[in-house]
Amino acid sequence: MRAAMRVLRAGPAATIQDLGRPQARHLGVPPSGALDDYAHKVANWLVGNRAACATLEMPLLGPEIEVLVETDIAVTGAQMELRINGAEHRQWQSIRVYPGDVLDLGGVLNGCLSYLAVSGGFAGDRVMSSRSTYLGGRFGGLEGRPVRAGDILTQQTQPLLSSGRRLPWVPVYPDTAVLRTVAGPHDHWFQKHEADFWGTVFTVSPQSNRMGYRLLGPAIERDDGAPASIISEPVVAGNIQIPAEGQPIVVLGEQTMGGYTSIGTVISADLWRLAQVQPGGGVVFVQVSLSQGQRISRRWRSFLEDCCQLLTGDSP
Amino acid sequence: MQIRLSGDRMLIVELGDGIDPALNDRVQSLAVLIRAAEHPAVEAVVPSYRTLALYYDPERITWKELTDLLFSCERRATTKKRPDSRVVEIPVCYGGAFGPDLGTVAACAGLGMEEVIRLHCTPLYRIYALGFAPGFCYLGGLDPRIHTPRLTAPRVLVPAGSVGIAGAQTGVYPLPSPGGWQLIGRTPLQLFVPDRSPPVPYRPGDTIRFLPISAEEFARLSTEQGR
Repeated sequence: MRAAMRVLRAGPAATIQDLGRPQARHLGVPPSGALDDYAHKVANWLVGNRAACATLEMPLLGPEIEVLVETDIAVTGAQMELRINGAEHRQWQSIRVYPGDVLDLGGVLNGCLSYLAVSGGFAGDRVMSSRSTYLGGRFGGLEGRPVRAGDILTQQTQPLLSSGRRLPWVPVYPDTAVLRTVAGPHDHWFQKHEADFWGTVFTVSPQSNRMGYRLLGPAIERDDGAPASIISEPVVAGNIQIPAEGQPIVVLGEQTMGGYTSIGTVISADLWRLAQVQPGGGVVFVQVSLSQGQRISRRWRSFLEDCCQLLTGDSP
Repeated sequence: MQIRLSGDRMLIVELGDGIDPALNDRVQSLAVLIRAAEHPAVEAVVPSYRTLALYYDPERITWKELTDLLFSCERRATTKKRPDSRVVEIPVCYGGAFGPDLGTVAACAGLGMEEVIRLHCTPLYRIYALGFAPGFCYLGGLDPRIHTPRLTAPRVLVPAGSVGIAGAQTGVYPLPSPGGWQLIGRTPLQLFVPDRSPPVPYRPGDTIRFLPISAEEFARLSTEQGR
């Protein structure tokens, strides 16, 4: 482990994330982890890492970072103005950087979350088999908090790439994301008003964070006699909760239990699409059956395996 | 038993309605049986009050195999208390700086502070579920005489170990966090230590008893815990 970078200017809530700690839910520990696993994994593969290495997740406004060592980096996810010593660089490719180089990521141009990977992966606190920052629990990553100006980011060391890597396409995030969704677990309480939900465009509220994305749109009414809250039960990322006032909240990685009813659940393969919608952007939920949802997710995982093969010459 | 879909990788299995010890024992029993089956597709089983969540990998199990597994476990699930369930004692120093809202709770109840402490540390509290925060227990059994509404303005930071009341609920904050519960005391025990095995000293289905201690005992136990 060695010091790799110094943060000169921090973005609003950049955190160290890997694939999370999904095995500790029964203790009340939420999974956490990169909200866009596609961009996170590709960033790692571009610099020769395994998918489980930790990256820096940077929402909306990028940081300015001084490089302390010769190493390989890659920036993926939301499009930001990536400059190194003032010169513009393409995202979704490996870049060799040297001591004294200054990376500057500006405001977001498309999407919401950018990911910075470094050769070997970022180090930081490993708690319950994961380096992911859990802001609510104040542990993991950098003392469980967002990155601040003055922080030194450390890396696990590994050999540098023998030749550069690039993803041959650049993902574009639409202004309105279409999210494939399985009805339930409490859709039976929304039978009369479900037409107000499916196919309606909701706006992502600025009050969204790693716990959940809050949505603004027509209030979703429940059926007569259906409860507004329930005896708390476990939740999963993708649950679309409808609180009493009817404005949906989509659960993300920092929750384990909830007392709201959920009309539907975004399929696992589409969570990254939701994560990349910035505040003010739109989402629309399209209903799929369980078997359709599982087929789409299986295809998506196989696409990710292809990306890994393409970039690393190896399966994940 | 009702099976409800929660996305493409999780099911909610509902065994009944309401907050009831026998129903909760059946949920805990079902969770133990599903885990014991050790099916490679089952990624996590999380029991709660009256439901459990089953997180699974749909690429490693068919729907028929999954429901067969659930029904065969459900047939064997019992309403008997888990044989390995325990009573876990949690020492609490009530009032003073550790329980700044003890007076409010007493005033709300129209009781003296000593009586509030007695009513709080007398019952055996069942752990219906773990969740919401690391090591946080959803407890049942608070005496209705000391039910107290939440603070109107939540505190920015509640210290770890704080024992509080919110409506009909009582519980302990295992980690420092913001919170709106009425704080009546604090435990010197560290309830969530991620690198300890096990990280949490109790499981759902166990019973909690609060044991009143003095400020001196609090200080002694804190030192023993290395805090």
